[in-house]
Amino acid sequence: MQYLLLIYSAESHAANGDPAVLAEYGPFTQGIVQSGAFKSADRLKPVNTATTVRIREGKTLTTDGPFAETREQLGGYYLVEAKDLDEAVGIAAKVPTAKYGSIEVRPIWPMNG
Amino acid sequence: MSAGIGIDDAFRRHGAEALATLIRLVGDFDLAEEGLQEAFAAAAVAWADTPPDNPRAWLIAVGRRRALDQIRRKIAYRSRQDQLAAEAEIERQTAPIEPDEAEAAFGDDDLLRLIFTCCHPALALETQVALTLRTVCGLPTAAVARAFLVTEETMAQRLVRAKAKIRAAGIPYRTPPRELLDERVRGVLAVIYLVFTEAYAGDPRQSLAGEAIDLARRLDALLPGRGDAPALLALMLLHDARRPARYDDAGDLVLLEDQDRGLWDSAMIAEGLALVEPALKAATPPSPYAVQAAIAALHAQAATPQATDWRQIEALYAVLLRLAPSPVIELNHAAALAMVDGPAAALPRVEALAARGTLDGYDVLPAVRADLLRRLGRNADARAAYRDALRLARCDPERRFFRRRLAELEGQRG
Repeated sequence: MQYLLLIYSAESHAANGDPAVLAEYGPFTQGIVQSGAFKSADRLKPVNTATTVRIREGKTLTTDGPFAETREQLGGYYLVEAKDLDEAVGIAAKVPTAKYGSIEVRPIWPMNG
Repeated sequence: MSAGIGIDDAFRRHGAEALATLIRLVGDFDLAEEGLQEAFAAAAVAWADTPPDNPRAWLIAVGRRRALDQIRRKIAYRSRQDQLAAEAEIERQTAPIEPDEAEAAFGDDDLLRLIFTCCHPALALETQVALTLRTVCGLPTAAVARAFLVTEETMAQRLVRAKAKIRAAGIPYRTPPRELLDERVRGVLAVIYLVFTEAYAGDPRQSLAGEAIDLARRLDALLPGRGDAPALLALMLLHDARRPARYDDAGDLVLLEDQDRGLWDSAMIAEGLALVEPALKAATPPSPYAVQAAIAALHAQAATPQATDWRQIEALYAVLLRLAPSPVIELNHAAALAMVDGPAAALPRVEALAARGTLDGYDVLPAVRADLLRRLGRNADARAAYRDALRLARCDPERRFFRRRLAELEGQRG
């Protein structure tokens, strides 16, 4: 199965952007590339760069900011291949941000399922 | 039906085991449940003439066939290509299995797998308990709903959502690997204890207490030396040993101090007592279950209520409060303190707990408060507290008990 690991943390948290934390991402990513779990990953720019789009009554409405104001913001993701939820949770627990943020583990909806 | 066992009996004894094996064989919770239900329906007819030698194997063999029939019906609506793939899979699986093969298909670990899946931490704790009661203990959905004080429809929906999450999120159907085992065993024990306490407060016939004890025994046998199963087992045995004395012939609640101790189950007490010492020594600090078992052991060993070692019980509750702080333990501690230092010493603690509001809705809090007030001669306050308890009581014997206490206090001044 494929799982999306959504990395949430408060952007104001001191650990965000801390070179020591960022440095941990290298070995973590290498580890899951070697194990074959890695599919893709990206880091996102902060939510103050976000734009939200909705179509209402045929009109495109564009607003500044994220879809919802929350205490923790989506800062990046990993798409991984895992045998089951336990394995996916095991990988999520090793994401460096898990130590101060939250990792939401979501199964990918297979297109033929 | 003269020979063999009845359907109800078979369901209680083998329902969960057959389901556990069927889930593994057909790879789907719902399909396995549907298959097993149909197998029981078929058994109602087939067993009337010739009950099988091995009911569990019969149920597995027939349940699997019926589950595969279900798959066949469902694929009729799919695309041609999907149908072909599914048919091939069914062909592979459908070779009928004879009862002795079905018996061989049942693995001791199947039930353990089912338990670990129902108690997976990705499910909410309440859902884990509900799912365990429904699938492992074989309780009807209506009975599970009663234990949670929700309607049957609400519980049915909750169970459907739980099974949907197991499938969609990829919760594995297996015994967890070594590195996850301790944590998962702790989770299973918490669920077993909730099953036990729900049964304890709910159905006076206490059928679920036996299931909880059985689950702890099986867990300990399948994973010896892992976790606190013996401590929990001791705790449950020592509590459940008092069950025969807990209700009188009219089904009314009998308090610990008024119970006929001759009715206590001496075999269960002996088994429980033998487990307590090793459980206390198994870890430092001891597991909270072991401390609670030690408290239950002190009650079990007292020949009369007056002989109860309340001082030691109070001390053990103080230990428990440090190990696993909770408002319920605080309440128990206060009740023990009342037995050592008198109701006046305990009442302020109970009042403070009530003021915090964390136990709102828990009938034992006003019941303890009412008892302390009664013993202090504050009858009007005691009556008000018993009325609070009566409003919150969760079963009829409790309601009758509170009404009786109220009646005793009626007309008394104070």
